[in-house]
Amino acid sequence: MRNREIVPFLFIMLITALCGWIAFAPDNTWLGRDVSVRLGLDLQGGTQVLMKADGVVDKDIMATAATVIERRVNGLGVSEAIVQLSGTDRIIVELPGVRDPEKAIETLRGTGRLEFIDTKGQFLNDGTIVRTSGNPEPKMPEVDASKPVDPANPQPTVSAEVYQSITDGRDLDTRQVSLRVANDKISAQPAVSFAFTGQSASDLATFTAANIQKPMCIALDNVIVSCPVVQSALIGGSGEITTSTREDAEKILNQLKYGSLPITLSIESSRTVSATLGANSVQASIVAGMVGLIIVALFMIIYYRLPGLLATIALIIYAIIIYAVHKFIPITLTLSGIAGFILSIGLAVDANVLIFARLKEELRNKRSLLRAVDAGFDEAWPAIRDSSASTLITSAILFVFGNSFGVSLIKGFALTLALGILLSLFTAVVVTRTFLRLIVRNGALQSLWLYEISNDPDLQEQSAV
Amino acid sequence: MKNIVSLRYIWFLISLLIIIPGAIYFALYGLRTGIDFAGGALWDLHFTTKQTSDLNTEKIGEIFAANGFEGAQVQVSTVKVDGKEIASAVVRTKELSAISPEQQQRTIIDALTKVYGEVKRESLQSVGPTVSAEATRSAAIAVLGACVAILIYLTLAFSKAPHPLRYGICALLAMLHDVLLVLGMAAILGHFIGLEVDAYFLTALLTIISFSVHDTIVVFDRIRENLMHRRAGEVFDDIVNHSIVQTLPRSINTQLTSIFTLTALLLFGGVTIRNLVLVLLIGLISGTYSSIFNAAQLLVVWEHREWRNWFRRGSAAEA
Repeated sequence: MRNREIVPFLFIMLITALCGWIAFAPDNTWLGRDVSVRLGLDLQGGTQVLMKADGVVDKDIMATAATVIERRVNGLGVSEAIVQLSGTDRIIVELPGVRDPEKAIETLRGTGRLEFIDTKGQFLNDGTIVRTSGNPEPKMPEVDASKPVDPANPQPTVSAEVYQSITDGRDLDTRQVSLRVANDKISAQPAVSFAFTGQSASDLATFTAANIQKPMCIALDNVIVSCPVVQSALIGGSGEITTSTREDAEKILNQLKYGSLPITLSIESSRTVSATLGANSVQASIVAGMVGLIIVALFMIIYYRLPGLLATIALIIYAIIIYAVHKFIPITLTLSGIAGFILSIGLAVDANVLIFARLKEELRNKRSLLRAVDAGFDEAWPAIRDSSASTLITSAILFVFGNSFGVSLIKGFALTLALGILLSLFTAVVVTRTFLRLIVRNGALQSLWLYEISNDPDLQEQSAV
Repeated sequence: MKNIVSLRYIWFLISLLIIIPGAIYFALYGLRTGIDFAGGALWDLHFTTKQTSDLNTEKIGEIFAANGFEGAQVQVSTVKVDGKEIASAVVRTKELSAISPEQQQRTIIDALTKVYGEVKRESLQSVGPTVSAEATRSAAIAVLGACVAILIYLTLAFSKAPHPLRYGICALLAMLHDVLLVLGMAAILGHFIGLEVDAYFLTALLTIISFSVHDTIVVFDRIRENLMHRRAGEVFDDIVNHSIVQTLPRSINTQLTSIFTLTALLLFGGVTIRNLVLVLLIGLISGTYSSIFNAAQLLVVWEHREWRNWFRRGSAAEA
């Protein structure tokens, strides 16, 4: 009989130990994975980049550019970044805790203009900068005079000829841009698939039909990314760009998927900035969180006695697991994230409170302790299920919207909320229940006082029901 | 305790007494939007004789606040000027006044110079919002989508009870109550104590919305259960009343734990978090109130179709 509790108990201990290991991993590495806490700009600071539009641009175009950049930032997997218009022709981007800011910036400022060009049967090397009829004056690479010229990788030159563009980057259907995951040996190369619409699609079909077995070059921002040989006519305007590494494929995906930048941006300055909140206020919030937790624990123990104590242990397990999950995924923590974290403790308590309230009712109805424990959980379950389900629905919808609109503020909130709900379900329904059953079954601690039944001041309330 | 349901118009009146003034302030003054939503100015300051470690973001923020720029967001950084590394600060504030921007700049620079030695204003730019209108709009669309999904879920979950659709609609009405109340209070607080609506406010509002529905469902679940074990002659009003009384300890206890943690944050959590916590406190209290005193009561109103009597004779509150 006891085995029924032993298995879940061991499972809980295993999960807790695993999460404890991640949460308190030495050097913040766990099995070779970096599990340091990611803090947002308000708590940790980051890299601030000031980008300036080339030439004169109007307000709406700048606003569009800022939106595209914001989506790309999210596409990079950087949460809680800031993208802000400054003056009439500048965009400020702040990235929290990015390891390789230069690479991130390169992805952000690429205009993402995809063109197929007619090279009259010529092959062009990857990386060649070309003039196209769509953009005859490409931006020159900035020559870094401090670095010696690498003979193996000389400065790319710009083609003198202006090649005819077959497609217009504006006709790219961004919804159809996706990463093709290589899962067989034949197509082991990573690739990005895409599709054009409108005039570009029919032009592409006409061109490829007329040029089978001839090379056709694909240029992204006037740089040749590949020159595949046309195998068959591209009906429907769709195609693929193959790359040698997955990183390249992801970079191209990011630039194409979130729309092309309507302008060229150059980097005016890049610097490291500190957190907006001082270390004091972070410290103060943590202290406040601790004080709050201790008060909640005391309240639970005083009001619900033994079950309250078990719930407090379950809460500690909850805190360890959720901290480990934040480190593992990783989720960027901002001040509002920490407030959400502390509030989610309320959620975890709520499920316990619902169950204990039922447990008390069952005990008052003179059920045996064990039956009361089971009945308490069973009776409380519909309320927990429906309230959790509706909150999960809310968070799922917020997540999908936040994701598709590239709004990391909303996405991050939804993720924190969903995690809080799921883990509080686990702690209340699995952890607390297992602990209670384990104790009750083993015949220890049977005194009803521990379950706050004798000298109950609320008994009148029950008779009223 | 027995008459919670029979006093329902009193509870509605209390809600209206809080919501209507808020709505008036909201209509008259709107929300005081912070620089996250409204944009403002970006100052780039160089402290020619200091290192980054000498600067304190909170201290600089206080100096800005003392000179007419409350809610300044300060970041410090290091810049190289003529081969020498010096400290700099990037400060986001509200827009400078159109009448005397030079005067305002001078005041700030003088105040900073007193504390930190020579301060140069490297640049001063107007900047747009960090939370784009698109973010706010997509949050609103997502909430509407979530409302529809919750309505469908609750209708299915309460399909064993008579009139399942009513539960979803009443839960959403209670949620609407909380949103209106919080927006109204934010307008009032914005007018009197200068509370600003920022990115944190947006997440606080989303939290309040989800907690409100959460709370209501717990009460509704009891009503559903008691309806299924309905004894002969038991009227709907009594069932709702019993259900509220039965869930009251849980509602109060859960609310207390949230209030404990939030009050701790309010007292010890530093200035920056204060507005966020204040809004959350108001919203969570409103959420609990509306689930007990509005959502469940609306079910009773609907059961009796009481709106038919509202305009027939005299004041509704006497019903």
